[in-house]
Amino acid sequence: MGALNTLKDVVNFLTNPPIFITLMAVTFFLLIGRRAFWRPRIGLVVGVVAAIFVALSTLDPNFRLIVGKPDNIPIVAMLFLVGFFLFISMSQAYNNDERIARGEPPIEGSPKEAEKTWVWPDLVYTEMLCMVIGIIILVIWGIVFKAPIEEPANPSRTPNPSKAPWYFLGLQEMLVYFDPWLAGVVLPSLIIVGLMAIPYLDTNPKGNGYFTFRERRVEITLFLFGFVILWVLLVMLGTFLRGPNWNFFGPYEYWDLHKLLALNNVNLSEYVWVKMLHANISGMNMFVRELPGILLVLFYVGVLPGLLAHSRREVKLPGGARVNIGLRKYYEKMGPWRYSVFVMLVLAMFSLPIKMVLRWLFNLKYIIAMPEIFFNI
Amino acid sequence: MATAKPPQPFLSRTWDYITETQIWRSIFRHGMPANNRNRVLVVMSNVFLHLHPVKIRKSGIRLKFTWCMGGLTFFLFLVETFTGLLLMFYYRPTVAYAYMDIIDLAEQVPLGIMREIHRWGAHAMVITVWLHMFRVFMTGSYKPPREFNWNVGVILLVLTLLLSFTGYLLPWDQLAIWAITVGSNMARATPVLGHEGPGSQLLALGDVKMVHAGSDARFALLGGRFVGEGALLRFYVLHCVGIPLVAGILMAVHFWRVRKDGGISGPL
Repeated sequence: MGALNTLKDVVNFLTNPPIFITLMAVTFFLLIGRRAFWRPRIGLVVGVVAAIFVALSTLDPNFRLIVGKPDNIPIVAMLFLVGFFLFISMSQAYNNDERIARGEPPIEGSPKEAEKTWVWPDLVYTEMLCMVIGIIILVIWGIVFKAPIEEPANPSRTPNPSKAPWYFLGLQEMLVYFDPWLAGVVLPSLIIVGLMAIPYLDTNPKGNGYFTFRERRVEITLFLFGFVILWVLLVMLGTFLRGPNWNFFGPYEYWDLHKLLALNNVNLSEYVWVKMLHANISGMNMFVRELPGILLVLFYVGVLPGLLAHSRREVKLPGGARVNIGLRKYYEKMGPWRYSVFVMLVLAMFSLPIKMVLRWLFNLKYIIAMPEIFFNI
Repeated sequence: MATAKPPQPFLSRTWDYITETQIWRSIFRHGMPANNRNRVLVVMSNVFLHLHPVKIRKSGIRLKFTWCMGGLTFFLFLVETFTGLLLMFYYRPTVAYAYMDIIDLAEQVPLGIMREIHRWGAHAMVITVWLHMFRVFMTGSYKPPREFNWNVGVILLVLTLLLSFTGYLLPWDQLAIWAITVGSNMARATPVLGHEGPGSQLLALGDVKMVHAGSDARFALLGGRFVGEGALLRFYVLHCVGIPLVAGILMAVHFWRVRKDGGISGPL
């Protein structure tokens, strides 16, 4: 019993956002380029281990309470589906890469696959089968789990925690690190704009119509980092690990309304003026006070893109892979317009992990804090 | 002396009789699609099947390649339309009735699982549409000539989320109004257009603010200063008519462009 509780404590500790997100992101970058990992066999093992983990965890009452909610069941299913399709796509991608390296066409372009077949019966039957299976799953799902209905709406009684619909919980999780105007309006808009811009920014003609990794290394790594880590993982985090007051609760932890977490977050202006220069900022002009942050943000969006376009520094990662930190290659390939849009979108995406790390390491609240005009970054 | 035809089994005689009636022949202009000519005709002469080409590359129907996620998303849209239509018979979008109508539906309709299918189908649709985008990205299928169709797809993805978001409010329980309150509070912080957004102070005539809680983006979204009667009606109309209509039109464009851009993607 003691060992079990220790194990639970370890899991609760490991799922703490700073550790959890860092672990996942590092694992992602270490594994994405490893051919040996993306094999159906390993996928099966990972899936079975995860399933056993979830199944055994349901013995814990606190875990059952949150994961067993009927509305949360599709989210658990999504975790497994995303993992499953990640393995399916990456193992096919690596298989194709090996074929291409041998001088063969990708499997989708092999003579047998490129051959045409009749829509009736081949495609129509596949579609019908998918529909029948879909209906069966929905009906069984509908019979087993009743659609929940809570107490009638009461505007004067705010539930704690109040959560947005589950697919927006990644955005709600961003609220920990950014103000609503960024986390709720600007960044979501940039996600949509960024997705729409993909085909116009990606000028690589290779990898069109078949799974491949080697021919589209950077595109796939960036996209999967955004989709799997910054979207799906944060949805999970927001759904299962955020309780009352949006405090973190481990999967086996009781959602205690009175859990207190010390919040001693500090703005950059306070770091610079008060802690470093021992100045009094209470009467200071807002723009002078926030000058350090303004300069930093201007550097990030105004100078950094230019520096990156100029540099071609190569860095060796612990995994052995070489990563080009400078983006000169891209600037030359994409031209000034495409490059500018591309680099701004990438910087916007990485602003989230950067802000996360700054928060975890330095308790940094805002880089620019101008609550007077609702302008906090 | 002519040899007598051997007697046909009953079922096959009935089948022959039915398929030779004028009614049958007026609907189906060709025989069973058992030979190549009829396989062409069945696709060409049927308004639903003619979304498809007559022949298709084998890799394009391999489940390992397509995951069937686009098809499942469309299928779930149809399921949601059908079950949603049935739910509309029982549901009145007013603060006084909405919640009780849902309770009635659960308690008075025997063996009813329409609301269950509608809700689980909605969750599933959000997931399938993400997985569809995932697959399309991983196979590089947004690359020329399919750039525009990828964009239509992104809009459809956003519309799927909005469909689910607007539907979230309709049961009018605690989960519904507080989820929508949390979600729509973001609109308060819209730059310039939200009353707590950066830049909103700039829009003022002298001392009179133009962007305040009664005129900002959130007010427009909710039809009020909080999630109330106005929001319920707005979300209901958008959920049942507005967004499905736009999504339906865009789906037509999406499917049509799949064909026009060379069918399902494959190596060039």
